Amino acid sequence: MSTPIQIARGALLAPAELEDRDLDRVMDQLLGAEIDAADLYFQSSRLESWVLEDGIIREGSHNIEQGVGVRAVSGEKTGFAYTDEILLPSLMQAGQTARAIARSSGQGEVHIQGVATPHQLYQPLNPLQSMTEQEKVELLRQLDAEARKQDPRVSQVIASLVAAHDVVLIVSSDGTLSGDVRPLVRCNVQVIVEQGEQREQGSSGGGARQPFSFFLEQDRALGYAREAVRQALVNLEAIEAPAGSMPVVLGPGWPGVLLHEAIGHGLEGDFNRKGTSAFSGRIGERVAAKGCTVVDDGTLPGRRGSLNIDDEGTPSQNTVLIEDGILAGYMQDKLNARLTGVASTGNGRRESYAHLPMPRMTNTYMLPGDYDPQEIIASVDRGLYAVNFGGGQVDITSGKFVFSASEAYLIENGRVTQPVKGATLIGNGPDVLTRVSMVGKDLELDSGVGTCGKEGQSVPVGVGQPTLKVDELTVGGTNT
Amino acid sequence: MNKLNELTNQQGQLEQMVEDLLAEAKSQGASAAEAGVSKDIGLSVSVRMGEVETIEHTRDRGLGVTVYFGHRKGSASTSDFSSDAIRETVRAACNIARYTTEDPCAGLADAALMATEKPDLDLYHPWNIEVDQAIATGLECESSARSLDPRITNSEGATLNSHDGLQVYGNSHGFIGGYPSSRHSLSCAVVGQQGDSMQRDYWYTVARAAGELEAAADVGRKAGERTLTRLGARRISTRQAPVVFQAEMAVSLLRSLIGAISGSALYRHSSFLLDHLGRQIFPEFVRVHENPLLSGGLSSAPFDSEGVTTRAKNFIDRGILESYVLGSYSARKLGMQSTGNAGGVRNLAIQPGELDLDGLLGEMGKGLLVTEMMGHGINMVTGDYSRGAAGFWVENGEIQFPVEEITIAGNLKQMFAGLAAVGKDEERRGSIRTGSWLLEPMTIAGE
Repeated sequence: MSTPIQIARGALLAPAELEDRDLDRVMDQLLGAEIDAADLYFQSSRLESWVLEDGIIREGSHNIEQGVGVRAVSGEKTGFAYTDEILLPSLMQAGQTARAIARSSGQGEVHIQGVATPHQLYQPLNPLQSMTEQEKVELLRQLDAEARKQDPRVSQVIASLVAAHDVVLIVSSDGTLSGDVRPLVRCNVQVIVEQGEQREQGSSGGGARQPFSFFLEQDRALGYAREAVRQALVNLEAIEAPAGSMPVVLGPGWPGVLLHEAIGHGLEGDFNRKGTSAFSGRIGERVAAKGCTVVDDGTLPGRRGSLNIDDEGTPSQNTVLIEDGILAGYMQDKLNARLTGVASTGNGRRESYAHLPMPRMTNTYMLPGDYDPQEIIASVDRGLYAVNFGGGQVDITSGKFVFSASEAYLIENGRVTQPVKGATLIGNGPDVLTRVSMVGKDLELDSGVGTCGKEGQSVPVGVGQPTLKVDELTVGGTNT
Repeated sequence: MNKLNELTNQQGQLEQMVEDLLAEAKSQGASAAEAGVSKDIGLSVSVRMGEVETIEHTRDRGLGVTVYFGHRKGSASTSDFSSDAIRETVRAACNIARYTTEDPCAGLADAALMATEKPDLDLYHPWNIEVDQAIATGLECESSARSLDPRITNSEGATLNSHDGLQVYGNSHGFIGGYPSSRHSLSCAVVGQQGDSMQRDYWYTVARAAGELEAAADVGRKAGERTLTRLGARRISTRQAPVVFQAEMAVSLLRSLIGAISGSALYRHSSFLLDHLGRQIFPEFVRVHENPLLSGGLSSAPFDSEGVTTRAKNFIDRGILESYVLGSYSARKLGMQSTGNAGGVRNLAIQPGELDLDGLLGEMGKGLLVTEMMGHGINMVTGDYSRGAAGFWVENGEIQFPVEEITIAGNLKQMFAGLAAVGKDEERRGSIRTGSWLLEPMTIAGE
């Protein structure tokens, strides 16, 4: 099988007959006086999606996106241009535009050399072709049938399959040329259940850097259909959620979105270099209770948030953010690492060639502790047990963050009792983890559904955690 | 290069591409097809702490095609405009249509609804701004914010954006139309510090024509003032209290209304306003209307994304739901007719009231003024509403102190029914316009 670099050269350079010496020329022109670093980001993406609704395959779409982003950096200044024509004249022109960030002109000298990626966390395959169209639509029909046979109250099923094939080639002013082929698949099932006048919804899904066969293994896809129905039926029985501060037990896996919002964003290198994060200048300080260790790990095989290399060509790594409660490190891209005198942690990511890279998370999770999850629930007199969440958001400057529960229960006298309606939880990032009093031994990662937005750019990410008890968190229900 | 004429000169070329796409679809066997092509040229300049931070030259283009084989549908799009890529794209769409199911509701919008007149809505005012001038404007804006008060200690900078776009849509009814448009904006965000705690806030201005933007110094000053008012924010205890949503926040309540009366939510039975057409959902004084043909409007359009004529209309009149928001597909699913809203609502507005924001606070007396919300805690199936919030505690109609780290919760149906007054302080910077809203008590969760 070809290596990712060979595939990337074939897909991105060969059609325009671009040779390494052409790339040298573009880089030479980009570099020179006042320019500290520059890079070219070649990308070719194919995206395909299929949607079933009302029992029929309603629509499908296919999208091609390709181009080159050209960046020149001078001190804290960045010049950026891109072109969707991968041709030498367009590249040279984009280079001219990007380097205008520096007042004086100049000429560098770069000789590009390919570097192999140290990881192979996923196969360099095209997931669009990993199943026939007939098999894809058949799978969607099975999801519809599986959901509907769970309960006669299921009135609507929307199921989708998405595959992305992303081929990137990164040429950096340090002379390295690296490439990556990133498959990504996603499956989602959403259901509406009706009981008399009352309606509720539930949804479930998963994804990975794998071929579509991932969904057939371990009964995953049909499991999403059953899980979506289960959640919707639970919500039909939900009573008003409580309002106010109380102990909250968060289930394992996807509730790790807490970590993503409460501390993850605040530990991104750009905010900390600028001093706009509530975590700025706090390395070495206690920001979580003893026993809390949080990492950002881009090296987990096949995970949605994993990368062989980041979008600046730096190999992804496992970065310890919080070690036993103490703030240990930030996530860096090249620009912020250089300006703060540290090394990139392989967190430089971008939505596409048409966007600038910045420090972003990969898979962010907390390591397991010692407690049995049942023991954690049993320790709460009155509180909330939240097991499924929608999205979240954070104000990194004030540190305030929210995340919205979509499946939660009351805990009364150490026992999980009634389901409650969805409610938003709000807290303060720098101190929420200091209130973690019990960490379960049941670490789980999410099923591969996370998408993180920052400054208008979306990238796939993962989260995870064991069952956690936060002694006090504000629950935004209606029942006072 | 004269940017002024760059896009208008390309309209014929893009129209030809649409014609070629439709012809290619026909030659590959499609019984009907629709296609859109767009281009966008832009400049984005950011400054921070008195220095240039980024200069981005953007140049986006895309084309998309949807083909129908009878009532089976397939779509594809590409940013690659080479003739090979265009053929491949049409082929991909046709291939998909082999696997989608026969759907009697799928197809082009009805031919009789196609826009026959395409009035010039005055949407295109290109700005030949040079990079140096953009930098100077950004610097003036940020400096105005930073020099306001020593408590403004840090900055996320100021950004000037200028974008010109051209879009053309056509379908096999013979409809083809396109127009250029422009959009310019200036924004600023700064950080204030008091003791150990930091707050950030922002302001922005956006317009079709550069001359209609707020002055750079004013944008910066407002960003700074807004940040300063948030310093010293604290939590409040859990309680029930009336709430004023400041105009910018009230926009999101109207957005929820539009989501709930949109055809796609209705035919999926995933709306809390299912079967509410003709029913009272707001108090009688409420009128919500749209004017897609507003000259120079930020979301004006002479036809919708299916070529259907857009027209001014009420969605809510005297508090009663008068119309859903429909494109052709959802209209057919519901046995109705398209309302010309494929692609969304355009210049939607709620009739402003008599009071300004201070007047509304006076009317409220004691309660919460919400100036920021966080998260997406809205269940559109049930209307259950729970979001993070920040703002000000108000007593005797006067702001007492800033509050943060609280949530507000209720149910949208009851919130709409409990709308007590709409302000005249209209937020006009987006596709939805509204003054501030005074609502009956909601649950505030805090300490």
